Amino acid sequence: MEWIDNILVARFNYWIYIILMMLGLYAMIAKNNLVKKLIGMSIFQAAIILFFISTGVKRDATIPILRHDEIPGQHVVEHPADGATQSPAIRANDYTNPLPHVLMLTAIVVGVSTLGVSLGVVQKIYGHYGTLEENEIIEKIKSAHG
Amino acid sequence: MVTAVLADYRGYDTMFETVVIFVAGIAILALLRKKPDSILTPPSGDAGDFPESTEPSKQAPDLIINTTCRLLIPVIQLFAFYVVAHGHHSPGGGFQGGVIFGASFILLAIVFDLPAALRRRSEMRTLMVANTGLLIYAGIGLLCLVAGGNFLDYGNLDAILPGSAIDARSHGILGVEIGVAFTVGAIIFVIYANLSSKGTLRESL
Repeated sequence: MEWIDNILVARFNYWIYIILMMLGLYAMIAKNNLVKKLIGMSIFQAAIILFFISTGVKRDATIPILRHDEIPGQHVVEHPADGATQSPAIRANDYTNPLPHVLMLTAIVVGVSTLGVSLGVVQKIYGHYGTLEENEIIEKIKSAHG
Repeated sequence: MVTAVLADYRGYDTMFETVVIFVAGIAILALLRKKPDSILTPPSGDAGDFPESTEPSKQAPDLIINTTCRLLIPVIQLFAFYVVAHGHHSPGGGFQGGVIFGASFILLAIVFDLPAALRRRSEMRTLMVANTGLLIYAGIGLLCLVAGGNFLDYGNLDAILPGSAIDARSHGILGVEIGVAFTVGAIIFVIYANLSSKGTLRESL
């Protein structure tokens, strides 16, 4: 039973992301409507973003921003007798890792721009074929070519 | 801090990310925008894509919506500037602030109509702002090169800017973030305007 705790309960967030990701993948592959495919792509991206954000979570840690009185070396000169050793050290355990957030900020931005461009392409397709259903579009292409 | 990592440690990455946003906006324009000659000609007199300011909008918006919009949009824009300006030492940054700034114009376009928003921020000016943002980013990178360091190594800017190398680094990040905010805020609006009006920029949703 311990493995259930370890795999299912302790990592329940990963399972949620896997479910979300598969949902998006299913929509991308199985849905016929192009806009629904795009919605699936967005769900897929959201799952990956959530996954990375959750790897940056740390218990009892705060955002990685130093207050001015926490910067080491700032208050050393005030008490030269004993202050030199008393400047507070920065412990990495107290701060979350900002790198996953940065990576995901990039992913969000790129996702927005790809979504915008793909919506533009979809609009063009609708203007050309008059439909967003994939099978109807393929049929029209086939009938146009012979 | 996220922004500091973004603009310093991953400076190249963020620069080309801004380029991606810019290219996406250009791609949207290339795909959807009708009448390509009207982009190049500046709006003079009865220019085609410049909305007629005398024509009243078809249905006058509700008083409540009108007043709320009027009160909200300046606050949204001020908040966007706050988010940009504090990005390098607190939560916030260029992308977030730029999106908030662009969203204020999108709100304007939703509440009234797209020509009402374009009257305050024409297409030409929006694209020029997007260009300027990229140029600010790349220009600060080049300035670092001129000051004797590596590309986008803001620490070398202390030769030009007041303060120590640490201050110069902070100011360099801030400048880069402002460039990012310019581009993102403009391109978000371009994407919305072209998608919602099928490229005609005449009437939106």
